[in-house]
Amino acid sequence: MLAHLPILQVIVPLLAAPLCLLLNRSRLAWLFTLLASALAFLISGLLTQQVMTTGTIVYELGGWDAPWGIEYRIDQLNALLLLIISGVSTIVLLAAQTSITKEIPGNRHTLFYVLYLLSLAGMLGIVATADAFNVFVFLEISSLSAYALIALGKDRRALWASYQYLIMGTIGATFILIGIGLMYQMTGTLNMHDLSQRLPEVDNTRTVFAAFSFVIVGLCLKLALFPLHLWLPNAYAYAPSIVTAFFAATATKVSIYLLVRFTFSIFGLSFSFTALPLQLLFVVLGLAGVFVASMAAIYQTNIKHLFAYSSIAQVGYMIIGFSISTVSGLTATLLHMFNHALMKGALFVALGAVMYRIGSVKLEDFNGLGRKMPYTMAAIVIGGLSLIGVPLTVGFISKWYLIIALIEKGWWPVVVLVLLGSLLAVIYVWRLVEAAYFKPAATPNETVAEAPVLFLIPIWILVSANIYFGIDTRLSFQVAQAASQSLFGVSP
Amino acid sequence: MSLSPEQLILSALLLPLLGAFFIAFLDKNPNLRESLSIITSLALLATVFALLSLVLDGNQPSITILEIAPDLPIKFELEPLGMLFACIAAILWPVNTLYSIGYMRANNEKHQTRFYVCFAIAISSTMGIALAGNLLTLFIFYEILTLSTYPLVTHKGNEDAMKAGRVYLGILMSTSIGFLLLAIVWTWHLTGSLDFKLGGTLAGKVAGPELIILLFLFVYGIGKAALMPIHKWLPAAMVAPTPVSALLHAVAVVKAGVFSVVKIVVYIFGLETLQQSAGADWILWIAGFTIITASIIALKQDNLKRRLAYSTISQLSYVILAVFILAPLSTIAAALHIAAHAFGKITLFFAAGSIYTAAHKTNISQLNGIGYRMPWTMIAFSIGAISMIGLPPTAGFLSKWYMLMGAFQQEQVIAILVIIASTLLNAAYFVPIIYAAWFKKPEQAETHGESPLAIVIALMTTASLTLLLFFFPDVPLELATSLTVERP
Repeated sequence: MLAHLPILQVIVPLLAAPLCLLLNRSRLAWLFTLLASALAFLISGLLTQQVMTTGTIVYELGGWDAPWGIEYRIDQLNALLLLIISGVSTIVLLAAQTSITKEIPGNRHTLFYVLYLLSLAGMLGIVATADAFNVFVFLEISSLSAYALIALGKDRRALWASYQYLIMGTIGATFILIGIGLMYQMTGTLNMHDLSQRLPEVDNTRTVFAAFSFVIVGLCLKLALFPLHLWLPNAYAYAPSIVTAFFAATATKVSIYLLVRFTFSIFGLSFSFTALPLQLLFVVLGLAGVFVASMAAIYQTNIKHLFAYSSIAQVGYMIIGFSISTVSGLTATLLHMFNHALMKGALFVALGAVMYRIGSVKLEDFNGLGRKMPYTMAAIVIGGLSLIGVPLTVGFISKWYLIIALIEKGWWPVVVLVLLGSLLAVIYVWRLVEAAYFKPAATPNETVAEAPVLFLIPIWILVSANIYFGIDTRLSFQVAQAASQSLFGVSP
Repeated sequence: MSLSPEQLILSALLLPLLGAFFIAFLDKNPNLRESLSIITSLALLATVFALLSLVLDGNQPSITILEIAPDLPIKFELEPLGMLFACIAAILWPVNTLYSIGYMRANNEKHQTRFYVCFAIAISSTMGIALAGNLLTLFIFYEILTLSTYPLVTHKGNEDAMKAGRVYLGILMSTSIGFLLLAIVWTWHLTGSLDFKLGGTLAGKVAGPELIILLFLFVYGIGKAALMPIHKWLPAAMVAPTPVSALLHAVAVVKAGVFSVVKIVVYIFGLETLQQSAGADWILWIAGFTIITASIIALKQDNLKRRLAYSTISQLSYVILAVFILAPLSTIAAALHIAAHAFGKITLFFAAGSIYTAAHKTNISQLNGIGYRMPWTMIAFSIGAISMIGLPPTAGFLSKWYMLMGAFQQEQVIAILVIIASTLLNAAYFVPIIYAAWFKKPEQAETHGESPLAIVIALMTTASLTLLLFFFPDVPLELATSLTVERP
């Protein structure tokens, strides 16, 4: 059984999806989904443990040898991602049933859970597989279910947001597919390991350059790198709250994973950073993303929009860490992926709780909420502090490592800009704090109660994780560092 | 006491937090809540005194909690300067709690539970700063102190409080994240260590313009030291209830600022390294400029608390000036001035709050003849003011004396001139208040009397401490002196 963990990781949610359709009762479907997701979480935990002790796990699907059959490969990097995705998914699901009763009509609840499981399976699949074409297949599974999930949003604008995402996402996926096709044409293989062996033989051809460019642009679209981020704010803002929480914590991370996988493992470090002026390009776009998105976040009145823009800014930080192309830079990026999932997970589930009680997440609806929903608002404040990077939260750890990596590289101007960027976060977080704690409620007599327990549990699990991993960084840092070292081929 | 030194350090940090935790549940029972506040503060005082006796015996216990990153622990270590600061905060907390009870009740302030909870957290982070064993730990508690005092500054919850809160948080957060964090990471990059080491962790590792930039990043990163032009947060913070202004914005928060500066100068740069750099002189001039300018601004304030706030800005720069004279004697003066100013200024704020509580007056122009209505308050005020000016028999004389001796030793003519000029200015903005209170006739008949007993006891205690420190300066002097001698 333990030997089959890599495939079980994907197959459990994938098979659970159609089974879920058979359960016509909403609550039952919820429990079933929760169970499947928790199982996936358990598997990823076991996998991480196995990888950290014994090294990379290679699993051949159906027993077929690698170039013919499909291979799953779990190394430290995959393990970290699997842990983030399945973990956040499970915690977020705790609040799902409560949240969707207010946001999605009853006859679509089962459908929601089916789509959720498909999306989860897709993301886990992207990460687990070691086959380039398989990546595309899972990318489509997760994306298609994502479009449908977003379209389930209560607001009619969800349809438009979903459509926008559909167009942009499909362009991105198509680009990736074209890139993979060109690589196949040149090497005759789709297995990532084989690709990495054979690409150097042909890496001076125009076809390989084209393949690389297509893959990079496609991925940048998917990970919402400035200026390809336009689909993201609306998709996050109008999707059902649970979907937003799940995607904000995981979706862009998966794309960044792919970026790292393609550049480091497939094309190789030396090719990736010489074929295109990737370093300059990414550091500039990353910084631009940090500033443009943070400035935009400051002026948002819909709080889901606000944190969506903040997500784009955070992706900017990850890309800056990536562009340093040193072990410590990549460690900072991977660490921030983990940490950002905790921050945004906590924040968006808390926004879901506000949505549940008030029915809206406009800034003026937060007036006086500090008193009415004290536990939810306290969670948002801590999540916000983590976003700013206050010590004893995960945000501080991310920032610390990013700045160290930048100073080691000697990029002083970037150091200053990164610090300035985090000050912008103070502004947009504090607008919310001032509304919640200083402004009087618009309708004082209205009885708004604290969020239900099923909201508070996942919110505070995630908030506690924000603090716990901000103090005890052993797990997150070790896995991130080990992953980064193995990608650079440095023995720890 | 059977507690080990390590346990004592931990309990100094955890006692106030524990107090805060239980206070949070006592919203419905004010008497119990406030008894608990007093008990917590006394327990902390006992703990800190136990630690003090350890330090006076020459021990330097330290404790490492956990490593946030490889070789980067959260660590606490007792050393003389930190001990002095911890003692000041721990002595004044019970007094201030007593004062708070009188003040908050008499003025019917809202959200008193939140007030006591945040106060206890702020004290815990002050202890964290005082006992910090490396720069990272210092930074962590520095930030928590900013955040935990924010609800206290904005206590009133109205538009003014919100705006003041913005200035407060904006300046303190942006300087600490923008400059201090950068300086700390840079130090880490240069030396691979953030520990405090006598003689300087950075000694020999950095020189020339780099050192000057790093020095400025540190000094301006510590916004709590209120060196101009980043001093605006301090007058803004005066919207807070007076007990907050008294203990936090005359003692804990601002002293955490100058304390950090002194600590970084002594332990991170080292006096000898700085003596060879022009940057130290620049900071000295800026501090001198701040002393004079803030005094002149104070002269023009009619609002009593604002005048005191500008006086604080000026007095904080005394500490910075003293330490940047870079003589052993002036380092002693810096440490002593932290103590002397704390006792004197808290007395002045207590008096200001007492006047507000009993007479509902906030402006200096309304204080004619108030000395006869509120004799205790104004006697305490006068003692505090004399200490600010630096006349015997008050604590302020002591630190100024050492400061001047250090300046003469190093032949720092500018520093000497600044000290003399500012002494005159101090007299110019305090003596008229004393004169008006005792010798001018009130414009209209007043009916109010003295403040509640709790307030009177509190302010007489701190006034007595200001006098006592002059006559019995042995313990602080010993702590301050051991700062400048090499330890085994």
